[in-house]
Amino acid sequence: MWKFIHKLASPPHFYGLAAKIIPWFFLPGLILIIYGLYGGLLLAPPDYQQGDAFRIIYVHVPSAYLSLMAYSIMAISAGIGLIWRLKLAHAVAAAAAPIGAWFTFLALATGSLWGRPMWGTWWERGDPRLTSELVMLFLYFGYMALRGAIDDTAKADRASAVLALVGAVNVPIIHFSVEWWSSLHQGPTLMKKGGPAMDAAMLYPLLAMILGFTLIFGALLLRRVRTEVLYRERRTRWVRHLVLSSAVEKK
Amino acid sequence: MTAKLTADSLTLFRGERCLFENLSFALNPGELLLLEGCNGSGKTSLIRAIAGLIELESGEIYWDEQPVRRQRQVFNNELVWMAHRVGFKADLSLVENLRFESALRRDSRHDLDDILTRLNINRLKRLPVRSLSAGQQRRVALARMLMSAATLWMMDEPVTNLDREGRSLVMTLVSEHLARGGMVIMAAHQDIQIDFPVHTIQLQ
Amino acid sequence: MTDNQPEMPGLGRGMMAVAKRDLFLAWKRPGDVLNPLFFFAMVATLFPLAVGPSAEQLEFSGPGVLWVAALLAMLLSLNSLFVSDFEDGSLEQMLVSPVPLAALSLGKTIAHWLTSGLPLVIVAPILGMTFRMPASVMGVLMLTLLLGTISLSLLGSIGAALTVGLHRGTALLSLLILPLAMPLLIFGARTVSLAAAGDVVAGGLYFLAAYAVLIVSLAPFAIAAALRISNE
Repeated sequence: MWKFIHKLASPPHFYGLAAKIIPWFFLPGLILIIYGLYGGLLLAPPDYQQGDAFRIIYVHVPSAYLSLMAYSIMAISAGIGLIWRLKLAHAVAAAAAPIGAWFTFLALATGSLWGRPMWGTWWERGDPRLTSELVMLFLYFGYMALRGAIDDTAKADRASAVLALVGAVNVPIIHFSVEWWSSLHQGPTLMKKGGPAMDAAMLYPLLAMILGFTLIFGALLLRRVRTEVLYRERRTRWVRHLVLSSAVEKK
Repeated sequence: MTAKLTADSLTLFRGERCLFENLSFALNPGELLLLEGCNGSGKTSLIRAIAGLIELESGEIYWDEQPVRRQRQVFNNELVWMAHRVGFKADLSLVENLRFESALRRDSRHDLDDILTRLNINRLKRLPVRSLSAGQQRRVALARMLMSAATLWMMDEPVTNLDREGRSLVMTLVSEHLARGGMVIMAAHQDIQIDFPVHTIQLQ
Repeated sequence: MTDNQPEMPGLGRGMMAVAKRDLFLAWKRPGDVLNPLFFFAMVATLFPLAVGPSAEQLEFSGPGVLWVAALLAMLLSLNSLFVSDFEDGSLEQMLVSPVPLAALSLGKTIAHWLTSGLPLVIVAPILGMTFRMPASVMGVLMLTLLLGTISLSLLGSIGAALTVGLHRGTALLSLLILPLAMPLLIFGARTVSLAAAGDVVAGGLYFLAAYAVLIVSLAPFAIAAALRISNE
């Protein structure tokens, strides 16, 4: 078992293995998303309260969920890299950040779009989810900015790992504090938690979207990590061999 | 493995460059370890790595046969560090600086005045460090070494840019320390002549 | 720290030595202490001028404005927390010191709070008057700022430790700290607003206190780790 993990943590093995796994993530993910969009946008009945506007949850909810998941993966792999000194873990953290930031942006954009027909504004001050998503976006920016400001890769890895862990401790607190604040304000929320149970026709496409997005995220992450690994190991023998052999093939 | 200080297979990368690989040594009381090499050879990185300021890629350092990693405070108590940046607050006086430092160590010496007189800076002791010349500040750094009761002196290029008088002062103090059973690790780019066993590591 | 090492210098002694040294240094350079304080006062005074003298607006915006001004003033003071130590090499001496770096970091943060946080707490009620804040609310304001500035000192020190020695570290520090300081701002400002409205403030105060306890126990280790990395 340990041998398997050891092998996995070695960059060349990971590089090869990831290439094989990516299609298995990408294709099912794509299929699930197609089903989810079809089911959610066309088949599901309109909401009795919000009409057709609610359909944006089919993109908004998975994006928000993934923005959080990406941060968790980033923080956990950064922690693993810092404590157990695994270079591959640092590569995973570096790769996860921009993807997570994009999903956060998507969540914000779709959340804002949702708000428009609901409240007539692009931004509702009292909404807890949008506010904590915005803070999340800044956390991602901070992480990427810190990485960019440090030239030495190993040093950037470790400094940003400390930041990611500090952020991880704060993320639940941020969510909680915004919830408390909006409960005082008593404004409308995008998603009622203990609301009426969702119709099955509405729910299944949503679950499919969440799962589909997660698989796509996995595929994107693995692709990005492969590129990171290639860049970080660019002077090693196995990378040079890889580049040369593929160049020879092209001829 | 009965030496007081041993290092086993130290490896360090700096960015892409490998500075040193699988480097080992052993040092006993009364001995000097000389890290020799021209500028950029990695000798400063090596001495900083031994002092714990830089993380090694791999390798282990042992003090009294225990890994230093497991007894960081004990090891730090036994060593005193001297680098190019002397590490004194410019706004505070010599005396204030040294007194602060002895508060961070339990077993410092108490004869501050004697030490300062020996180093010929006693008359300067109430002046803020900013008004001392570079050479005088170096002597304050030497006072720090003497004030601490540390066994291991770690010095990064202590005689570079010193005149002959300064160099001989440093070497005299080092010799006295070694005679008392102390240990010295020194990074330098010139040859060091001393009447004590010297281990040399050449870095390219 | 263990029983069979009698010569280890005490944690508390090392921490207090650093705090005393920094306080002494701050006393020699009062400008460093006064600048953020003036900034706080200026921001708080500029707001009523810009917003207009309407009594309701002033009362309404008072807690928020004062809290944001305090947050920004603290950020200003955090910039230089480790810079001089980094440049003159005394940070490096702390890294090789037998006292654990976490304890020394806590000592520095204590001194920082005493020179940058506590003055804000003391001056706040005076500024509260320009926002027509009743005395009862001022008490809550001071309490929230007291707890909040303690947490901010520590949280900000982590950011300062990560960015010391970096190009354009100042802007980066703000980007790193502000998102993390959000909960403090929310709870701090809103608790004071609740007090102004006559509502219960216990919940907000308990949160600020709990957060402060959490940060005090965790931040020193993060600061130490960050300092080690930055000094390499």
